[in-house]
Amino acid sequence: MFVSLNWLKNYVDIDQLSPEDLAELITKSGIEVEGLERFASPANNVVVGYVESCEKHPNADKLNLCQVNVGEETLQIICGAPNIAQGQKVAVAKPGAVLPGNFKIKKAKLRGVESNGMICSLQELGVEEKFVPKEFASGIFVFPEDAEIGADVNELLNLDDIIMELGLTPNRSDALSMLGVAYEVAAILDVPIRLPHTNYHTEEEKVENYVSVKVEAAEQNPYYGAFLLKDVKIGPAPLWMRNYLMAAGIRPINNVVDITNYVLLEYGQPLHAFDFDKFGSDEVVIRMAHEGEKLVTLDNQERTLTSEHLVITNGKEPVALAGVMGGADSEVSEQTTTVLLEAAYFEGQTVRKAAKDFDLRSEASNRFEKGVDPNRVQKAGERACKLLQEYAGATVLNGVFEYDHLDYSEKTVTIWTSTINDRLGTNISNDDIADILRKLNFNYEQDGETFTVYAPTRRQDIVIFEDMLEEVARIYGYDNLPFTLPSGGAQAGGLTKQQELKRYVKRFLEGAGLSETVTYSLTSKERATELVSPEVAEAMVSSVSLAMPMSEEHSTLRLSILPEMLSSVAYNLARKQVNVAYYELGSIFISKEEKVTRQPDEKVRLAGALTGEWLTHPWQQEKKTVDFFVVKGIVEALFESLNLNVTFVQAKVDGMHPGRTAQLFIGDQAIGFVGQVHPQLQKEYDLKETFVFDIDFDYILSIHENEPSFAKIPRYPSVTRDIAIVVDESVQAGALQAAIAHAGGELVKDIQVFDVYQGEHLAEGKKSIAFSLFYQDPERTLTDEEVESSYQAILDAVANEHNAELRG
Amino acid sequence: MKEQLQALEKEALEKVDDATSLKELQDVRVAYLGKKGPITEVLRGMGKLSKEERPVIGELANKVRGNIADAIDSKKASIEAAELEKQLEEETIDVTLPGRPVPTGGPHLLTSIVEEIEDLFIGMGFEVSEGPEVETDYYNFEALNLPKGHPARDMQDSFYITEEILMRTHTSPVQARTMNAMEDKRPVKMICPGKVYRRDTDDATHSHQFTQIEGLYVDKNVRMSDLKGVLDRFAKQMFGQEREIRLRPSFFPFTEPSVEMDISCKVCNGEGCSVCKQTGWIEILGAGMVHPRVLEMAGYDPKVYSGFAFGMGPERIAMLKYGVDDIRHFYTNDMRFLKQYHQA
Repeated sequence: MFVSLNWLKNYVDIDQLSPEDLAELITKSGIEVEGLERFASPANNVVVGYVESCEKHPNADKLNLCQVNVGEETLQIICGAPNIAQGQKVAVAKPGAVLPGNFKIKKAKLRGVESNGMICSLQELGVEEKFVPKEFASGIFVFPEDAEIGADVNELLNLDDIIMELGLTPNRSDALSMLGVAYEVAAILDVPIRLPHTNYHTEEEKVENYVSVKVEAAEQNPYYGAFLLKDVKIGPAPLWMRNYLMAAGIRPINNVVDITNYVLLEYGQPLHAFDFDKFGSDEVVIRMAHEGEKLVTLDNQERTLTSEHLVITNGKEPVALAGVMGGADSEVSEQTTTVLLEAAYFEGQTVRKAAKDFDLRSEASNRFEKGVDPNRVQKAGERACKLLQEYAGATVLNGVFEYDHLDYSEKTVTIWTSTINDRLGTNISNDDIADILRKLNFNYEQDGETFTVYAPTRRQDIVIFEDMLEEVARIYGYDNLPFTLPSGGAQAGGLTKQQELKRYVKRFLEGAGLSETVTYSLTSKERATELVSPEVAEAMVSSVSLAMPMSEEHSTLRLSILPEMLSSVAYNLARKQVNVAYYELGSIFISKEEKVTRQPDEKVRLAGALTGEWLTHPWQQEKKTVDFFVVKGIVEALFESLNLNVTFVQAKVDGMHPGRTAQLFIGDQAIGFVGQVHPQLQKEYDLKETFVFDIDFDYILSIHENEPSFAKIPRYPSVTRDIAIVVDESVQAGALQAAIAHAGGELVKDIQVFDVYQGEHLAEGKKSIAFSLFYQDPERTLTDEEVESSYQAILDAVANEHNAELRG
Repeated sequence: MKEQLQALEKEALEKVDDATSLKELQDVRVAYLGKKGPITEVLRGMGKLSKEERPVIGELANKVRGNIADAIDSKKASIEAAELEKQLEEETIDVTLPGRPVPTGGPHLLTSIVEEIEDLFIGMGFEVSEGPEVETDYYNFEALNLPKGHPARDMQDSFYITEEILMRTHTSPVQARTMNAMEDKRPVKMICPGKVYRRDTDDATHSHQFTQIEGLYVDKNVRMSDLKGVLDRFAKQMFGQEREIRLRPSFFPFTEPSVEMDISCKVCNGEGCSVCKQTGWIEILGAGMVHPRVLEMAGYDPKVYSGFAFGMGPERIAMLKYGVDDIRHFYTNDMRFLKQYHQA
């Protein structure tokens, strides 16, 4: 909402404050002032001049030589505007004038003839082109005849106005009118309000002799008032009105249209003027449109209507889309002499639907959508009649043909001083409350600390106690509320064990060298199905897509963090950031239905992606690129730190390198995978060799116990034995290790691979793996015999189970 | 014999003095103090001496022996010291060469901000709650006093999946969920960080996915001045002790009264500058007293209970605090961006 302060001054006195201070006060007590700007920059030395004569320039076809009377003198001015004519009153920038844009006016010679100033267009005076009335858009501005010669144009054209832009929240639609803003300012400044005049002279002839109104959709249209005005003379609206409209951001058109727009802004009540001669009947019927019915609106678009759209008809066909836009056929034009003026209350949802369906959001629809003031509907019609009589010479017929089922009642809200103080933490007195209600212009009855407030119908947002609580609080001033801390006892806040575990894991991975990412949950339909962990693939039925995505790229809920994370890796590679090590803890969305009817299951996953160099120390010729074992090492260390026993099983996972991927298990539970992205997929994502992991973190949260138990520190020495065995190259280290652990018995505390060899000295298809075995008994010193017997058992077991031989 | 010993002593001490290595010194030791050495020899001939002479010469011999041994030890120490010095000299490295790097990572800036805010409210007795990112229309809107067709639904155009299921547009549904889940309707004091989604085209100031932190406190006798006190403490801890706050009326369907909280601009200290658009204030969060309808729908009697709620955007806070100039930085995961916030 753009509020012209000059216009506002008609209703409330605001001169005691600077515009900045006023804006600050309005912002602090109710409505955010988003901008404060001059309507136009000031033009000095620009006055009204009378064009005494206008002749062709002797040396130029397109220029005119004018003698312009500016009061104390007559200036010879050359003017190139096509619409200049003798007898006009125009804006003259005298020599020495400075126009917006620091454009200085000097005496000059144009094609050999002296020119002592400039005749100005509105644009040259700083008015935005889109607000300039069409007739003056490509030429100079012409004042009405009564403009005083020599008068300063700043005031006359309202150029010195300040425009305040209000950012209105949906509840404050009352401030979508100058009167609404005036009430607000009156409450804040504690000043009286002056209401506009609505009295006009009426003829004997009655409206009902000419027209009748029938409403067939009472719910959508509880009030319809029709005024009839004869002898209308179409012409320009008065200058002051045109000025205010331009200041409010509306381009003036003609007196009838301008007056309806002016009243719309003044009262917040949209009106519509039909050319009654083109209306097509003497009957106004308001009903829901028939399915498929057509209407050509003012913008010359043919609209196909449905039964959800409310229309004004002439009994036969629609002439207007109620509350949104009039029809082209009955539009007011230069020839109009009889006007049917509509002042109606259209229900918000209905108007909203139509405005949305046809993408026709207008000043009118916006106000109906939010609900207009029932008590201003007819008043606004009367105000328009008064203005049309005054500025369009209209004869107003007696009365108004009404259909009226509107609820005019004021809502009553009871408030108690003590409850207000309890809720605000304040110490406001009964008198303070009474004073606030008076400032707000609310009627009330007081009984001690009990106030029965009659909320005016202009404030549709006030319904319950809390609404009044807000009114009292904001006028009392939020700055005046004390600072207190809750008295509800000292509760111990904190994180749950699971929240703490999440933080622990994050810090662990960060310490291990990974950077946390936040990627999008919405990905493309294609990406959503990539790199899905086997246990997720098994649990889901289909991926979940948005009904109306904004783009294919972000249309489907992720089933893995990895695809979007890999996109981020590629983003870095494309920017020469070739070493990337990421992790992310976030939700995926698993739907167990073919067609979604319930919320999908949200599962927390822990994923990571690494590429490039892991560790380099160039001058020491040390260089380690990320490989499977770097990533596996991080995952192993994490599980070890969580005291969880995880096993790695060679596996095939869609989108992963078939020979370099392991599935993870805790017991029999599949909990994710680690490995290299399939070279083909790497190519699709524009990646180099990239290694990833993806883990079911919800499962970890569900089984993890936070308290580690104490294990005694061993007092007896351990014994280390190395064993190197030769096996077929297909035998996996993990299988051997399992066999060793099983055969070695309880005394084997740890088994570590320290060498893997294949090549010279070994038969084709064979490999050697060497393990270090750590023996220990917490209770005593081990004997050689014990160790030897375990060692032999191990050798027997690997020989039997894996055909292994001791390496010679 | 006495002279013989003294000559030996002199001779040995000279040799000790001349020795330049531990090996030479060892040779001197063997030569003079060994079992076959001259002093031993002298002592062997003591049998020929008189009773009176014997102790005198014996004492002298031991003294000579002692002196030589001491000289050898002290010479040994000095040679060792010299050799160590030489070794250390040889071992000297260029300490200005770069060290072997350790892989380092760190949290995302949004996580840092969220955890800082969590910890700050935990310190005021709050708990941390979480809720689903895919919500029902009921919890996202209706339970928050936003019935179907409510104009305020326009303010947050949403990603619907079905007519009843959508990506949550704010973390506020967790308010309703937490209160509903509270079977004995105890006081609730929680904050809820999380991802939210709106139909916005991604640009420098908009993102279809972003983060919110919701706060809720419901109890008997919760006052608006408590909200002001808690927010003031939050603002001062988060943005600096010298920050002032102000509340301005606003509108949210789920709170009444509703306010927006500004903090005094850190750049100009409230004087007015381009960061605060000359107002001296910067908008930080929305808040208000929980709407009685919301309490009622969650099973709390609004005549007995009252509460406050607030919601803020960590992206906005990060942008203000660190001058991040484009919201998309939070989601592209450029390593050059991420690493800037890995320092303590």
